[in-house]
Amino acid sequence: MSLLEAQDVCKAFGGIQALDTCSISVAEGSITGLIGPNGSGKTTLFNVMTGYERVDSGSVRFQDRSITNATPDKVFRLGIGRTFQLTRVFPRLTVLENMHVAAQRSDLKGQLSRWSSTHEHRRALELLDFVGLTSLKDLPAGNLSYGQRKLLEFAFILVADPRVILLDEPAGGVNPTMLNYLTGRIRELNQRGVTFLVVEHNMEFVMGLCDKVMVMHRGTKIAEGTPEEVRANPAVLEAYLGD
Amino acid sequence: MGPVLEGIILGVLTGGVYALMSSGLTLVFGVMNIINVGQGALVILGAYLSFVLEQRLHIDLFPGLLITMPVMFLFGWLISFVFRPIKRDLMMLSVLITFGIALIIEGALNLIFSANIVSLQGWYVTASIPLPGFSPTFYLSYIYVFGFLLAVVLLTGLYILVYRTDFGRSLRASMENRTAAELVGINVERVSSITFGIGVALAAAGGMAFGATNGFDANSAYDLISRLLAIIVFGGMGSLSGALIASVGMLVIEDVVAQVWQQNWATTVFFILLVVIMVLRPQGLLGQKEGRQQ
Amino acid sequence: MKFFKAFGLLALLILVILFSSGLLLLVLALAFPQAFASGELTPVVISLIVAVTVVGWNLLAGENGSIKGVGLLILLAFAAAFPLLFPNGEVTSIAFFTLMFAAMVTGWNLLAGYSGYLSLGHVVYFGLGAYALALICEHWNVPAGYGIFLLVPVAGLIAAVIAIPAGWVALRVRRHAFIIVTIAMFFIGQLLAENLTNVTNGTTGLDLPFPLAWGGDFFNTPFYYAILLLLLLAIALSWWVRHSKYGLGLLAIRDDEDRARGLGVKTEISKLTAYVLAALIIGMAGAIWSYFIGAVYPMSAFDPTFDVTIALMGFLGGIGTISGPIVGALLLEPLRQTLAANAPDWYLVIYGGLLLLVLLLLPRGILPTLQERWQKYRALRQSERPSDDIVISSLPEQGKPANIT
Repeated sequence: MSLLEAQDVCKAFGGIQALDTCSISVAEGSITGLIGPNGSGKTTLFNVMTGYERVDSGSVRFQDRSITNATPDKVFRLGIGRTFQLTRVFPRLTVLENMHVAAQRSDLKGQLSRWSSTHEHRRALELLDFVGLTSLKDLPAGNLSYGQRKLLEFAFILVADPRVILLDEPAGGVNPTMLNYLTGRIRELNQRGVTFLVVEHNMEFVMGLCDKVMVMHRGTKIAEGTPEEVRANPAVLEAYLGD
Repeated sequence: MGPVLEGIILGVLTGGVYALMSSGLTLVFGVMNIINVGQGALVILGAYLSFVLEQRLHIDLFPGLLITMPVMFLFGWLISFVFRPIKRDLMMLSVLITFGIALIIEGALNLIFSANIVSLQGWYVTASIPLPGFSPTFYLSYIYVFGFLLAVVLLTGLYILVYRTDFGRSLRASMENRTAAELVGINVERVSSITFGIGVALAAAGGMAFGATNGFDANSAYDLISRLLAIIVFGGMGSLSGALIASVGMLVIEDVVAQVWQQNWATTVFFILLVVIMVLRPQGLLGQKEGRQQ
Repeated sequence: MKFFKAFGLLALLILVILFSSGLLLLVLALAFPQAFASGELTPVVISLIVAVTVVGWNLLAGENGSIKGVGLLILLAFAAAFPLLFPNGEVTSIAFFTLMFAAMVTGWNLLAGYSGYLSLGHVVYFGLGAYALALICEHWNVPAGYGIFLLVPVAGLIAAVIAIPAGWVALRVRRHAFIIVTIAMFFIGQLLAENLTNVTNGTTGLDLPFPLAWGGDFFNTPFYYAILLLLLLAIALSWWVRHSKYGLGLLAIRDDEDRARGLGVKTEISKLTAYVLAALIIGMAGAIWSYFIGAVYPMSAFDPTFDVTIALMGFLGGIGTISGPIVGALLLEPLRQTLAANAPDWYLVIYGGLLLLVLLLLPRGILPTLQERWQKYRALRQSERPSDDIVISSLPEQGKPANIT
């Protein structure tokens, strides 16, 4: 069952066609990888699917309902979480406070209460424990190392209990030990039913983690299949080597 | 019809002078991301410099610019160094720091010249030509025309500098994307300092024209800076053409209102114009919509 | 053990206060011997001591709840007893203005410090509050006396209501332009006060009822307490916002507004609410001020230097903190008044020069800078001896790597 899909999406920036009739589909419960050479449109596709960019044409569907051009906060509330290539956390807030920002309640009473005494506090602490950042909870997020910030970002999108998480280059700039750790966390969440779509350059990471891989080139999908199938596909090789 | 046309003519002529004073302000914002609220004080300082040259050394105002402008350029260039070590909260700090500088300048000017209202003299200030077709006769003082011509000459020079020279290209690149500019080898700090100097030199020129058409003292800076700031926001912060259009546009509207209605309300209308444009087009006339990329 | 620790910290706090005050007194006495002897510097001295106390309290009482409580009580008691301790009219007048600015900066900080939107035109609400009270008193023939103080919240509300559409417009623009739009709105307010002569009497101004019954040195006292009350209200509001979910949203907006919005923070309403709350506080300050002065004029009620003074105090003390605004006001206002009174010619130059010096040396403000140094000092002390809280690392477990920074 396709949980999240993009259908024939087109997006141009000035003269550059970033997405050219791009269609992908993410099956529920899967860990799907999205690879492709630089400039193939992966991040643009992410942006379009999570509301950070508008489409020129085409549609984005979540659980068979259209979410094309929905705003990022709506997308987040629907259960689609997303991380950024260059982590976007709140540097002057502590790690714990960062978690609480994500746990926004829309009612007035929630807004007026002390954030440290709500029941979300417990959940925030649980999630911090899940990613192993508990000991750092009172440090300003700006003091964290790059890898730790990635974990923090990961943690706070988990606050909303998302159905699907889009990871934008999670392995970039992260050491192998941390990477293993991250892989473990992703697998564990996947076993609990969370779907993943991962954009990555690190082949080892993608091939080792994902059950299905899609390849993009010049704004459209050129191949998909299991990691082995994709690795052997001549069109994929040409895309990477040809340019 | 007569008063309206008078207002338009005056507006265009004085608008040119305001364009001189505000162009530096908007460029400095574009390159350095700082708001120089001391620009008003710098204009007045330039006016006083011209005043001293004229009164003590009997150097006529226009040739006097050959002295005041380079001196003020240097002054501005030096001031720009203050901002180099600041990494955080640059915007707010720049507002406060330039305000501090403005206070010092105003205080010093007050001390030296005391609170007497002065104005710059020259044959063209008192002499005027009658414009045909108006009744009662509209006497246009030569200084308005000369001031406008000065503005045209200097701003044309500025345009050539910004759009036709290598320096100008570095300038525009720094405004577009500071990091990228640094990566291609542009010394953004040097560009910034020179730009700041240019802005202050232009302010000096504007100060001369302003001082010849208005009486001024050290406190005139407040009213001036609030107008200059409104102009650059109206035109779009960082946009040179925007500052130009806004200067002339806002001054024309203000002067027409002054002629047709009342002077008091004219100034109010000036600021209301800004608020209106913020509702309709928050980025200003020629400003960019999204945030700047760094 | 904890008791001794608390006691030790308290002793340390008192020592710090005595030492720094003594040092400051010495410097002042040496630099300005005449003024010092004649008692003109008394307000400056007092406020410096209080400022040092507040800073010290912030730094040392950080963890310890009981010291925090005791320190707070002492400060409150001192503030409440102040007019009794120093009945001199000049001193209480300066105290009034100091507390007034402290309240205004605290209110301003709700928007500027927490959300990062720096308004340099919020004093327009000061003027609106001032004129509102004057107009109410005139149109309803309100007699002079304590009753007028009850109208202060009304005047504040009027200012706040006007702030709603004004804030909505102002917040449409980016942060740089926002500063300037607020300035423009300020001047619109001033010019309207000048031009709407039917309503405001233009430059002639309006008078407020004068309470003849409050004679001599006593005159300042009711106003002092009124403004103290406003300050306490502002502090309470600031504290509560800082610890609420709402306040967290504001701080997130300051750090990364788009990301905050993407995570569900209601950025538009949050910013507008902070804007209006600031307007409310500042409006009430304006009302109390107008009653104190006894008359309002466009130039006095809408004083552009107030805007920058507020920003300066906020920045000096430390934006985004609760005590920062108060420290800023304590340090700047008595100094400003004393300078203006004693050195009118050089006042601007000295003031501007001092400003520049502080801005360049302590760009983050006094309180944050000192807090950071203090944290580093404590972290250093802690790493030298074994303690229960391990700040950085956790031991490796099966399957998890060690967390090392």
